[in-house]
Amino acid sequence: MERIAILKMGEYLLVTIQVDMHDRLAMTLQDDLTARIVSSRAKGVLIDISALEIVDSFIGRMLADIAAMSRILDAETVVVGMRPAVAITLVELGLSLEGVRTALNVERGMDLLRERIKERATDDGTS
Amino acid sequence: MTVLLSDQRVVQSSEDVVSIRQAVRQRAVELGFNLVDQTKIVTAASELARNMVQYGGGGRVTLEGIEDLGRRGLRLTFEDEGPGIVDLDLAMRDGYSTGNGLGLGLSGARRLSSEFHIESQPAKGTRVVITRWR
Repeated sequence: MERIAILKMGEYLLVTIQVDMHDRLAMTLQDDLTARIVSSRAKGVLIDISALEIVDSFIGRMLADIAAMSRILDAETVVVGMRPAVAITLVELGLSLEGVRTALNVERGMDLLRERIKERATDDGTS
Repeated sequence: MTVLLSDQRVVQSSEDVVSIRQAVRQRAVELGFNLVDQTKIVTAASELARNMVQYGGGGRVTLEGIEDLGRRGLRLTFEDEGPGIVDLDLAMRDGYSTGNGLGLGLSGARRLSSEFHIESQPAKGTRVVITRWR
């Protein structure tokens, strides 16, 4: 079966979406990713969508759902590399991707993940 | 108004929705659409094609390059013979869905198009026509 690869790097999971995903493929990625967060005890998930030419309501919801599920599973998600034309279209479509953290590129995304995970650790320490 | 080119495709599955996105992108590029306009019409097509698969039992998409008063546009017609939509006003509302979607398909596709037309008859089917001018 067709699948999108999930790479593990330390306490992070990295996903680069390089194909125009049909809906079932998107759902498979969502399932695989949540399973991997648990099995690998990942603290952060980075999803690179720089190759995606469109994000419609289905893919948008998949990203929002992944972010919400990973949060519940004690992991942070950052979506990186959204193309400007995609961002403009998403807003006009009516999707604001609430609850999804974004960064311009992989490097900034990794910085954001590290920062968030550190903040979390400090929060836990004081409570 | 002149129709410059026309072709029709069948949409039955989520893979076909991807093919429609690619076909619409190709047409939009041929017509000289800029990147943002390409992205908008492809996204609108994706929403409407998915609607046909999810609610209409599949259908047909007609892609037409058109010219009117010196401007060029892409006109897309989505037709299915599904159960139809009982309350169009309600269906066009943001956030309304009879399925488990976000309810942005129809309303979002309308915002992403220059022109939008929908007609539906219960038990007969639904027809949506969108145009995006260059």
